[in-house]
Amino acid sequence: MKKILIALSFLLFGTYANADCNIKSGSINILANDFPALRTLVETAKECKGSADFKVTHSAEHNKIAVPALTANPSEFSVRVAANSSIVPLMNADLIRPMNDLVKKYGKGIQDSQLITIDGKVMAVAFMANTQHLYVRTDVLKENGISTPKTYEDVVAASEKIRAAGKMKYPYAAAYKAGWNLAEEFVNMYIGHGGEFFKAGTAKPNVNNAKGVATLNMLKKLADLSNPDYLTHDSEAIKVEWEAGNVAIMTLWASRSGTLLDDEGDAKITAATKLVAPATVGGGNIPAATLWWDGFTLAKNRSDADAEASFRAMAHAASSKEMVAKAADQAVWLVEGFVPGPKSVGVIEAVKMGAKPYPMLPQMGLMHGALGSEIVEFLQGNESAEQALKDVEAAYMTKAKEQGFL
Amino acid sequence: MPNRSFFWFFLPAGLAMILFIGLPIISTGIQSFYAQHDQILVKVKKCDPFGCKVSVVVDQEATSKIKDEKPLGKFNGFGTYVDRNHLATNQVSEFWGESKSIGEFVSKVGNLPFYKALVFTLTYCVIVTPCVLLLGFIIALSLNAISRKIRGPLIFGTILPMIVTPLVGSLVLFWMIDAEGIIGANLQIMMNDPYLSVKSSKSLTWITIIIYGVWHHSPFAFVVFYAALQTVPQEPLEASIIDGASRFQRVKHIVLPHIYPVVTFVALISLMDNFRVFEPIIGFSAEGSAQSLSWLIYDNLVNEEVILFGSAAATSIMTIIGISIILAPVLIRTWREFRTSR
Repeated sequence: MKKILIALSFLLFGTYANADCNIKSGSINILANDFPALRTLVETAKECKGSADFKVTHSAEHNKIAVPALTANPSEFSVRVAANSSIVPLMNADLIRPMNDLVKKYGKGIQDSQLITIDGKVMAVAFMANTQHLYVRTDVLKENGISTPKTYEDVVAASEKIRAAGKMKYPYAAAYKAGWNLAEEFVNMYIGHGGEFFKAGTAKPNVNNAKGVATLNMLKKLADLSNPDYLTHDSEAIKVEWEAGNVAIMTLWASRSGTLLDDEGDAKITAATKLVAPATVGGGNIPAATLWWDGFTLAKNRSDADAEASFRAMAHAASSKEMVAKAADQAVWLVEGFVPGPKSVGVIEAVKMGAKPYPMLPQMGLMHGALGSEIVEFLQGNESAEQALKDVEAAYMTKAKEQGFL
Repeated sequence: MPNRSFFWFFLPAGLAMILFIGLPIISTGIQSFYAQHDQILVKVKKCDPFGCKVSVVVDQEATSKIKDEKPLGKFNGFGTYVDRNHLATNQVSEFWGESKSIGEFVSKVGNLPFYKALVFTLTYCVIVTPCVLLLGFIIALSLNAISRKIRGPLIFGTILPMIVTPLVGSLVLFWMIDAEGIIGANLQIMMNDPYLSVKSSKSLTWITIIIYGVWHHSPFAFVVFYAALQTVPQEPLEASIIDGASRFQRVKHIVLPHIYPVVTFVALISLMDNFRVFEPIIGFSAEGSAQSLSWLIYDNLVNEEVILFGSAAATSIMTIIGISIILAPVLIRTWREFRTSR
């Protein structure tokens, strides 16, 4: 009852408290991924829509819609909330517009560090950072006398110990779903080994080497400690496994911690869940993880008026101190005034340890795609690591040739 | 029907077919001969919240100029068709040269994406189609033989798999075969192997998808056969009973010849459907173990952040050719029968 009253009072009086950006015209249509922090951001942007038309599409399939939807002229969306990887196809196809003028005119609260600039042109404004790091069950680790793992070698040893103790059958979990997720795990682990995806200065692949083999072997070791259905598990699926108490150590996105630590589910598991730094691997000193930013971009094939209205609403959200104070536990905000809480540990540690950002290269998407399908047979045990990496390079080269990169 | 009135009858459907099927296929065909222009990359300074570095981007000005001149892309001829992700002619001949045995050659070729998908697609087709025909026929015969009172509800129950949306149907089975689902967990206990996973084993995934395919498609065969059975004349059947023919003989010598054209029709449609197997792969998240030609097209169009139109178009055209080859024997046979019956 109390909750309803609060909600009602927000409905009644909320509008008075809202900032009004004084947007008089234009229409705003946002395409974004679907997780709590992005919902908060979009809601904040909506507060100041003024008399502009406001629509939003939150979808986990955002990557599949973005390019076709923004290619149309006029494009379906005026704003695309993108990340390091998903901005690349938009830039490759020239679908987003530079916003230097708008930043100058309306971007007062935006910090310089939030601007993604390409050759001096502001192509996106970032508002949050993200990475994959370790989650541990402190109670299970303590029971088995294991200290918090710092490296993936520790993770393997700890998981084996937990399994040997008969505590859990599949103590480790990570999103190994064949396709994008699995490729992302490879990217993390390969970067952790100090690998480079392309031969310097070219688009020629460079994964079939000792570091690539070491990466695959580590992935295989971890996979053997995971639920045998790992090839079908994405971030959501392993979260369910965690909440069911089947997993003691997990690699997961920082942005997914919100729903993991809410009041729903077993309170004991929630209390024992701890977010820790990402692990290193193979004696390397940078974490086997990539840094990500999420930011908004403006569609090119849309009128200037729409772009202006969209920018003003989004800039309001991307510089809202109120929002980052209220939603401090939903994400690691890059907005001024953000005070990091316990849920930001993973990202902050990753930055401190010198984690590398996900490579923002025009041909990286093709490499990611090739990895996602070609390393599966190795994990299934049907192929050697060398053969799998050879296949990755061959599949990549074919696609890159068709796309004109080679 | 005189040819003239047939023409007017057919015209609207024909026009729609040309517009919505014919033209897109032609456009797909043209697309498959083109690749993207060479990318013009420039070095620029990129800054993000984690720092600045010099890296490359696509030079938009130069690219848009080339694109305006040749919007279709770079002419590639059959380049896309023979590249590694499709027919892989170079790789196949290379494997032929270096392989010591036929087995080694086959396994190497089977590792190429197109052939991998082709093998699954054909296996699915070859196993599911006869099973569907047989099962559909048996169900139709049995339902035709039971009391009219309970026939209605039974027919409804039988066609349920077809009513259920393919994705939902496959998801239900997907959860049942989960390591903690009813089938998955019981299999683990029966096989006494706690690490057994239906979803990660290639052969078990294939079996699951094939069983699902039979389950999903049989009702279609059943419905058509059941309708055909209603037209079987009673007199010869009664006469054969008097002659002492067994049930099996009656089915073999009277029922089957009578509904033969319908069997051909169902076989044709089933083959065509099964060759385009796609939904169960998505429903079962089976991309890792089972890939079909349709899935390859989907993968090129949506799974990559870069859309590979040329590659998808080439696979589409080859799928069409594949279906034509599979259907050819049945079509030729039908055509001959049509000619002789006139």
